[in-house]
Amino acid sequence: MGLLEAIILAVLAASTPLLIAATGELVTERAGVLNLGVEGMMIVGAACGFGGAWLTGSTIIGALCGIAAGTLLSLIFAMMTLGLAVNQVATGLALTILGIGLSGLIGAGFVGEKIGTAPHLYIPGLTDIPLVGRILFGEDAFVYLSLALVISVWLFLYRTRAGLVLRACGDNHISAHALGYPVLRIRMFAVMFGGACAGLAGAYLPLAYTPFFIPGMTAGRGWIALALVVFSSWRPGRLVIGAYLFGAVTILQLHAQGAGFGIPSQFMSALPYLATVIVLVLISRARTGGSTAPAALGTVFVPDR
Amino acid sequence: MQLVLEKRVERSNTIALVSPLIAIGLTIVTMSILFAILGKNPISALGVYFIDPLTDSYSLQELVVKATPLVMIAIGLSLCYLANVWNIGAEGQFLVGAVAGSWLAVKTHGTEAGHWVLPAMLLLGAVAGALYALIPAICKVRFGASEILTSLMLVYVADLFLDYLVRGPWRDPAGFNFPTTAEFDPVATVPLLIEGGRLHLGAIIALLVVGAAAVLLGRTIKGFEIRVVGAAPRAARFGGFNSNQLILLTFAVSGALAGLAGIIEVAGPVGHLQPGISPGYGFTAIIVAFLGRLNPIGILIAGLFLALTFIGGEQAQIAMKIPLDVTKVFQGILLFYVLACDSLILYRFRLIFPSRKVSSGAA
Repeated sequence: MGLLEAIILAVLAASTPLLIAATGELVTERAGVLNLGVEGMMIVGAACGFGGAWLTGSTIIGALCGIAAGTLLSLIFAMMTLGLAVNQVATGLALTILGIGLSGLIGAGFVGEKIGTAPHLYIPGLTDIPLVGRILFGEDAFVYLSLALVISVWLFLYRTRAGLVLRACGDNHISAHALGYPVLRIRMFAVMFGGACAGLAGAYLPLAYTPFFIPGMTAGRGWIALALVVFSSWRPGRLVIGAYLFGAVTILQLHAQGAGFGIPSQFMSALPYLATVIVLVLISRARTGGSTAPAALGTVFVPDR
Repeated sequence: MQLVLEKRVERSNTIALVSPLIAIGLTIVTMSILFAILGKNPISALGVYFIDPLTDSYSLQELVVKATPLVMIAIGLSLCYLANVWNIGAEGQFLVGAVAGSWLAVKTHGTEAGHWVLPAMLLLGAVAGALYALIPAICKVRFGASEILTSLMLVYVADLFLDYLVRGPWRDPAGFNFPTTAEFDPVATVPLLIEGGRLHLGAIIALLVVGAAAVLLGRTIKGFEIRVVGAAPRAARFGGFNSNQLILLTFAVSGALAGLAGIIEVAGPVGHLQPGISPGYGFTAIIVAFLGRLNPIGILIAGLFLALTFIGGEQAQIAMKIPLDVTKVFQGILLFYVLACDSLILYRFRLIFPSRKVSSGAA
């Protein structure tokens, strides 16, 4: 396997959790809800995903555990922000703090344990094609799933009536409510979808990326996923580009550390975070004509019955 | 059955005072259940958490020592949150302040430098924290980038930078390869208030900060402007308040306070620069700010309470083998309940039971 092939495979693997989490958050935000708890839901998803897979030996059950954990946490968030009209920013932060604690508690029993990573696709003939074979036909299931997820979300948002209604809730909840759409219920489903995706993205880390659980293993990926949604201007297509770009930055800095250019490793490790700041600045600056964010993003809605 | 929120005509002042207490009560109930799930006796666990640290002088001093950074950071954050801007990177500003102040301590280590060193270190810490906080503020004001994400990203950067310094150029040559600087000289150390105790000058500084914030918010035009910009941005525009300038100001002040807290922590209780100087003070301070209702006196009380959870958590780990993460779970749950109870200030909760007739008529 050539170096280039290895790098591309690693980039895809590093991008996948970002893409899954960001896709979920994109749907949440398109419905007008800003859930800053992605990092918290991811890290609990990672702990539960590892736990599920370690206890049963099944990657699929692990992934389902991650999804369930993320969804449950997002339900708490939905109850608070939609049911009790609490500030979304503060609630999201609370969710992240709680998630970091919970994951440590859940994962304490699993630290130091190892599981087998998710199997990779193998189609005789196709996977053996030099250069592109492994990249196109030799990934783990999550990579394909993440792409299918983005495409379905795109189709849902732009080609279905339900998607249109969801976007309407995100742009003007008062009008959507006046037209008779159940704004809060739609938002709740959007938040749950975001939670499920964040949980799955977290579970990907111990199930497919590194075969063990360490506390804090998400290392800010949830926050980067949030930044990616901004980067994508809330469009699924650009999300894919953004996620792969960030995956590339992560992997390139790892390779650069390995090659040892005499740059301290800490500076290289800081690159993805610095890149996020720079990208946010550039993208926000380019949008001087007006924001592309859903108009009602982050605002509280209390129906007057 | 359906829960419906009804907007109150006026915000309820009674509930504003009682809601943090309700939140703490609910958190303690929830924690008892969690302790029971973990197989620990809830009563004795709660005793170790909340009562034992208050019973001996050492723990009481430690309580104040832990509350000092929490209160200082939370005061700064409360200014931001009142102005409705979200600095969540106080942890990074804390670390940068610690690094900047430590620079002077490392440079003057083993020299004949006089008593000017400590004040200069504190100043450096505050200035560095303010400058570091101004990065997300400028990105927000100038380019419209979300200050939430940028300020948080900078936490990771600060953490890595500190790690680099203590493993690289600033490492103590006599430190057996541990990632730490040399122990600071006496002139670079925050003096103790009680000989042989833990209580240090930082506690007094924190009290002064609380007093200054109370005056700023209650007695000055600037404090009024901060509140108006947060509560009624349109009214603030008509009033001619410069909201961009206020964003920069609140970020700078909160960064300065976090940076000051950082250098006090390093030059005080820790005594040298090393990774892990903060058990998440910058994030816990967010909870302190909300639990204290963004009010300086409230923050002082809330800071002491959350400091109690840190110490209680450590003691519970030693005495009952309760994992340290329980403290974080506790803090997260507390913030949830605080926010939920705050909703009661503006809204009345009402459960609606649809009568059979109506539902069958609608079907």
